[in-house]
Amino acid sequence: MHYKVIFLLLLSSFSSVSQNCDASLSGLVIDLHDGSTLPGATLIISNTQEAVQTNLYGEYTFPNLCDGTYFIQVSHPLCITKGFTVKVSGNTSKDFKLEHHLEELNQILIEGKGFQKETESIFQNRISQANPDRYSSGSLGDALNSISGVSSLNTGNTVVKPVINGLHSSRVVIINNGVRMEDQEWGAEHAPNIDINSAGSISLIKGAGALQYGGNAVGGVIVATSQKAPVKDTIYGQTQFNAATNGRGSAVTSEITQAYKNGWYGSLQGTLKRFGDFESPDYVLSNTGIFESNAAMRLGFNQFDYGFEAYYSIFKNEIGILRASHIGGAEDQVQAINSPRPLIIRDFGYNIDAPKQDVTHHLARIKAFRQFNGLGKASLQYDFQKNNRLEFDIRRGDDTNKASLDLALTTHTLMLDLDSEVSGNLNVKTGLMTRYQDNFANPDTGVRRLIPDYEKYELGAYAIMDFQIQENWMLEAGGRFDYTYMDVFKFYRSSFWESRNYDELFPEIVVEESANQILTNPQLNFYNASATAGSNYSFDGDYKLFFNYSLASRAPNPSELFSEGLHHSASRIELGDLSFNSEISHKVALTFQRENSTFGFSINPYIHSIKDFIVIEPIEIQQTIRGNFQVWEHRQTNASLLGIDVDASLAFAKNFRFNHQFSMVKGYDTSRNQPLINMPPVNTKNELVYQNPKIHNLRLALQSEYIFRQNEFPNNNFEVFLPQTESRELIDVSTPPDAYHLLNFNSNIDLNTTAKSKLTLGLGVSNLLNTSYRNYLNRLRYYANDLGRNFLLNLKLNY
Amino acid sequence: MNKLKFLTILFFTGLLFTACSNDDDSVPEIVNEDEVITTLIVSLSADGEAAPITLQTRDLDGDGPNPPVFTDSGNLAAGTTYNGTIAVLNETVSPTEDITEEVEEEADAHQFCYTVGSGLNVTTEYGNLDSDGNPLGTEFTLTTGEASSGTLTFTLRHEPKKPNTGLADAGGETDIAASFSVTVE
Repeated sequence: MHYKVIFLLLLSSFSSVSQNCDASLSGLVIDLHDGSTLPGATLIISNTQEAVQTNLYGEYTFPNLCDGTYFIQVSHPLCITKGFTVKVSGNTSKDFKLEHHLEELNQILIEGKGFQKETESIFQNRISQANPDRYSSGSLGDALNSISGVSSLNTGNTVVKPVINGLHSSRVVIINNGVRMEDQEWGAEHAPNIDINSAGSISLIKGAGALQYGGNAVGGVIVATSQKAPVKDTIYGQTQFNAATNGRGSAVTSEITQAYKNGWYGSLQGTLKRFGDFESPDYVLSNTGIFESNAAMRLGFNQFDYGFEAYYSIFKNEIGILRASHIGGAEDQVQAINSPRPLIIRDFGYNIDAPKQDVTHHLARIKAFRQFNGLGKASLQYDFQKNNRLEFDIRRGDDTNKASLDLALTTHTLMLDLDSEVSGNLNVKTGLMTRYQDNFANPDTGVRRLIPDYEKYELGAYAIMDFQIQENWMLEAGGRFDYTYMDVFKFYRSSFWESRNYDELFPEIVVEESANQILTNPQLNFYNASATAGSNYSFDGDYKLFFNYSLASRAPNPSELFSEGLHHSASRIELGDLSFNSEISHKVALTFQRENSTFGFSINPYIHSIKDFIVIEPIEIQQTIRGNFQVWEHRQTNASLLGIDVDASLAFAKNFRFNHQFSMVKGYDTSRNQPLINMPPVNTKNELVYQNPKIHNLRLALQSEYIFRQNEFPNNNFEVFLPQTESRELIDVSTPPDAYHLLNFNSNIDLNTTAKSKLTLGLGVSNLLNTSYRNYLNRLRYYANDLGRNFLLNLKLNY
Repeated sequence: MNKLKFLTILFFTGLLFTACSNDDDSVPEIVNEDEVITTLIVSLSADGEAAPITLQTRDLDGDGPNPPVFTDSGNLAAGTTYNGTIAVLNETVSPTEDITEEVEEEADAHQFCYTVGSGLNVTTEYGNLDSDGNPLGTEFTLTTGEASSGTLTFTLRHEPKKPNTGLADAGGETDIAASFSVTVE
C-alpha cells in the first residue's frame, strides 16, 4: 500500500513537471443528425480566443495547448452555435456534434442523409433518396434488386421478395422506421408490406451484424428510414406521378413536412397505385393486377438532448395472382408446364379476381429519447403492428368469395436502448427488448388452418461496442441473447398424426380428439445466442477494408414447424416438423472498398456456413381424390454458401460514367452433397450514364442486365401416370430457364427549377428489346413468360 | 439519473402489462373443410338390369397421407347402353353433403371428362349441358362393345376453358381424378 501511494505521487509529480504545453486537441465536427462531417466550422477557445476552422473533411486541430480544461465554442454557418467543455491531457481527440440546419430544400431531398450507421464492420449498401424515386411505382423488392448481391424471389411481378446473398423470407429482417416488420414474412410468396415511397433511404446489411434489431437475420437486414425533419421553420413536400404502359396503370405519391425552429415537426405521406393485367411480349398475364393504397403520418419534437416521435402507417394492397398458375395436381401440372403459353389468357382488364392476396398492415410507433450527461442517449420505443392477410383461391358454391386463408398477426414490442459514449473512442450500445405476438387464424374460411393459432413471447438483450483504435481503425464487437416461447394450438389430421408417429413421440400435447382431427397444444422454447465481431480500417485516403464475423441463430418459423396440407399456389403438399431446433449460422465477410469519385469500387467475398439449415424438398408423390400431388417436406441439414459481390464505377470522360455490378453465390447442402434450390444465378449489370448538370441536370442511362443460367440445382423432377396418354410423363420442376439479357433505358431532366420548387421529368423503358424470358427465381416461371417492354413516365415535383 | 430509473420502471411495467394481457387459454374452434370432396360414385344403369353397377372412390382424409379407396359392384355387360350419373359427396360432415348440386348449379364453371383407356371397348356421350350448350357431364351414356378390360377415368375440372377439345387443353383445376379398372364381359 505504502509503495503504491509513493508510486502514485511519483507519477503525479511527473505529469505536473512535464506540463510543457505541447498537448493538442483534434477531432471532427459532426452533424448530429446523420453523422456527416461539417467543413468550415469555427472553433474558438473562450479562455484564449484562439480560433481554428475545420477543413474539407470536418477535421480541426488546436496545436500547442497546455493540459487543462477548456471551454470551446463551436459555430457553423448552418448550425446553432454551441459550447463544450473539454479536458485536454496530452494529445486529446474529441468530436463535436452540432445540430445542422439544412441550407435549402434540395439538400434535404437529394443529399440529406437521415440515417445512422447500423454496423461498423459490415459494408452497407444504400439506396439514397434519388434512387428509391426510380422505383416509385414498383416495390421495395424492385428497388433492392438494384444492389449487388440482392435478387428477388418473385411470384409473378408484383410479389417481390428480397433475397440477400441467396437467403430470403424468415432469414431476412426488415426494419421499417425503427420497427422490425412482423408481416408473415415466413411465406415465400408474401412480399414485404412496405411502401417504397415512405422510405427516404434504404440500407442493406448483408449479414446478421445489426444486433440491435435481432439476432436471427441469417441472411441480412434491410433498414428503411424516413427523412429526418430539420429543426427550423420550414414546410416542404414532394409529389410524384408515375405511369407505365405495361399494366396500363399509374401511381401517385405525395409527402409534406412541416417543421419549426422550436423542434416540433410533422409529416404526412400517401400513395395510391393501380395497375391492370401485366403483359409478356406475346400475351396478357391474366389476373396480375395490383391495387395499393398507403398512408403514413409522423409527429415529433426534436431537441438536441431529448425528443419524441409518434408514427403511424397503413399499408394495404390487393394483388392478383396469374390465373393460369392456379392448378390442381400433378396431371394439371404436366399440361401447364408443357404448354408454351399459359392455358388461360383473357383480354386485358383491371379486375383482380381469385386467386389473389389482400393484405393490410398497420404499424404504430412511439419513441422517446433523452441524452443523459455521462450516461448517453437512452431511448424507449413501443410499437404495435397488425397484419391481416387474406388469400383467395378459386372456390365453389357459397364459398366463392370467401378467403381461403385469413390470418391476423398482432405484435407488441417494447425496446429500451442506451447509446453511450464511454470515452472519446469507445461507444457502447445496449438494449432490452420484449415482444408479444398473437396469431389468429380465422376458422370461418372453411379451410383448415395453414398456420395455427399461437401466442409468442420474446425477450432479448444485446450489447455492442465500437472501439476506435486509431483514427482510421475501428473495432466492433457485440452479443445478443433471445428467448422465445411459443404456445400453440394446432389441429392435426389424425391420419397425418399417426403416419408421422407423433402419437408415440408427443402423446402429452394432445388436448382432444375428434372424428378425424386431433387438437394439440405444443409449447416450444427456443434459446438463441448471436454475436458479431469485426473491424474496419482505412488507408491511403480512399481505401477501406471491412472484416466481419457474425454468428446468428434463428428459431424455426410457424410454417416450418406446422405446415401440413396442400399449398395451392405451389400445387404441392407441404409438411412441417414439430421437432425442429434453431438454425445456427456463421458468416465471414470481407469488403475491400475504394471511395473515389473518378474510380471507386467494392469487392465483397463471403463464406457462410449454416448448421441445421431448414430446406423444403420433395419426398414422394401422394395420391388423393384430386389426383397426385408431390409432397414437399421441411428437413434440417447443413448448408454452406460462398459468394462474391462486386461493384465498380468509373468516370471515364467528362459527364460520362460506367457502372458495373457482378454477383455470384453458390449454395450447397453439405450433408447430401447437392446444390441448394432457388440459389440466384450469376448476374451482371453494366450501365453507361451520361449526366450533365449544365443541361438541366440531364441524366441518360442505358443499362444491360445479363442473368446467367443457374447450372447448379437439385433434381426434383418426378413422373406421373396420365390416363389420357396411358404413359408416365416427367414433370420437370427443376430445370432452370435459359440465360437472358435485358436492356433498360432511364432518363430524367429538371424542367422547371425555381428557388422554391423543382419539377423533374423522367422517362424510362425497361426490357427495351421486348425479350421473352423466364426467371429462375420467379415461382410462376413454369406457367408464363416474364414482363415485356414497359415505357415509364415519372413526374416529380419538389416544393 | 431519475429519468433512467423512471424509464426502467416503465419498461418492466410494460413487460408485465404485455405478459398479463392475454390470459385466455381458449381453445380454437375446429375447422371441417367445407369444400372437400371425399367421394365420387358413378352409377351405371341399363334397361332390364335390376341394380345399377356402381364405381366408387373415397378418400376420407382429403389431402392427408391415406390414399383413396376404390370399389366397384361388378362388371359391365357387352353390347349394352348404360345411363350414367355421377355423384360427388363430402362425407367428412354429418349429414353428408351432396356436392353434385353445387357442381350442377355452377355448370358453366365445371366439366367432367371421361377418358377411356386403350383395350377397353366402350364409348361415352355427354348427357347434360351447361346454359351455354357446352358439356357438363354429371349425366352421360356409356355404350359397351365386345368383352374387354382397361381403365376408365373420370376427371372433374373447375373453371376449365369452355368449350375445349378435351383434358389436354381444358386448363382449370382438377377437383377429382379417379381411374377405375373396368371389365366388360
